[in-house]
Amino acid sequence: MPHDHSDHPHALLPPEPALRVKALETILTRKGLIDPAALDEIIDTYQNKIGPQNGARVVARAWSDPAFKAALLADADPVLADLGYYGRQGEHMVVVENTPQQHNMVVCTLCSCYPWPLLGIPPGWYKSDAYRARAVREPRKVLADFGVMLPAESAVRVWDSTAEVRYLVLPMRPARTEDMDEAALAALVSRDSMIGTALAHAPQKKSGASG
Amino acid sequence: MTECISHSAPEPAFLEPWHAQVFALTVHLNEAGRFSWADWVERFSTTLRRHGLARDLDGGADYFNAWLETLEAFLVEAGTASPREVELTQRDWEEAYLRTPHGEPVHLAG
Repeated sequence: MPHDHSDHPHALLPPEPALRVKALETILTRKGLIDPAALDEIIDTYQNKIGPQNGARVVARAWSDPAFKAALLADADPVLADLGYYGRQGEHMVVVENTPQQHNMVVCTLCSCYPWPLLGIPPGWYKSDAYRARAVREPRKVLADFGVMLPAESAVRVWDSTAEVRYLVLPMRPARTEDMDEAALAALVSRDSMIGTALAHAPQKKSGASG
Repeated sequence: MTECISHSAPEPAFLEPWHAQVFALTVHLNEAGRFSWADWVERFSTTLRRHGLARDLDGGADYFNAWLETLEAFLVEAGTASPREVELTQRDWEEAYLRTPHGEPVHLAG
């Protein structure tokens, strides 16, 4: 964080937990148990390289390519590995498809298990007790909080992630997107739509001359 | 208000640098084969449950405080970093920050 107060005579002291983490890092490095360069690589990956754009790419491909979608729903791991998306913790990925009859929503009641390779680091609300407890107990109310109103005939299924299995929701493809390519489709796919707390965005109406 | 799940603003992957550091440390130790991720999740979720008894956790700083506490306990149990070692090294870092002129990189002495 850039910090430029010239009235500090010494370096700004980090908060107490930050010093505890630095202490662990020092001890483990001295014992040869960790490689500081590997830590930097992990941080860079999760901060800059992976995020919901990965999942959005997968969703857009599934919307465009029926064979890809069938393979993805049948056994996601090899399909995702082909795209370079695989869990470094050895977890399995399961993709669950939204339909007019069933809306899917993902939670981790244990802690915050999440499909990191596809969505990056989970948002704060996903890790909060409020979401973790309420998603299972009253999913429709949680969806309403997120502004999602489902038709009464649509069931809601909540998938509880574990250390071994992580879920990605395949949202329904919005109407009037038939002529869109994968890149344009991916832009409609938000992070929350792949957790199941939002729907995919409707395409922007073309401005200017149209009937 | 605790029941309200706010979700409107986009947020960075990590709110504070040490959140990223403790996350990376844990992932690295797992990838180096020091413990299985299932084992980590079991311990971490136990800590979260314990912390969550007194009040609703917001998923922000308290989440990574629980994370750090879990990792520290794990390393104590494994005989990798004793509480005394952590305390002394933490103090070394604190002193290093206090004696380093503002704007210069902070290093441990010796």
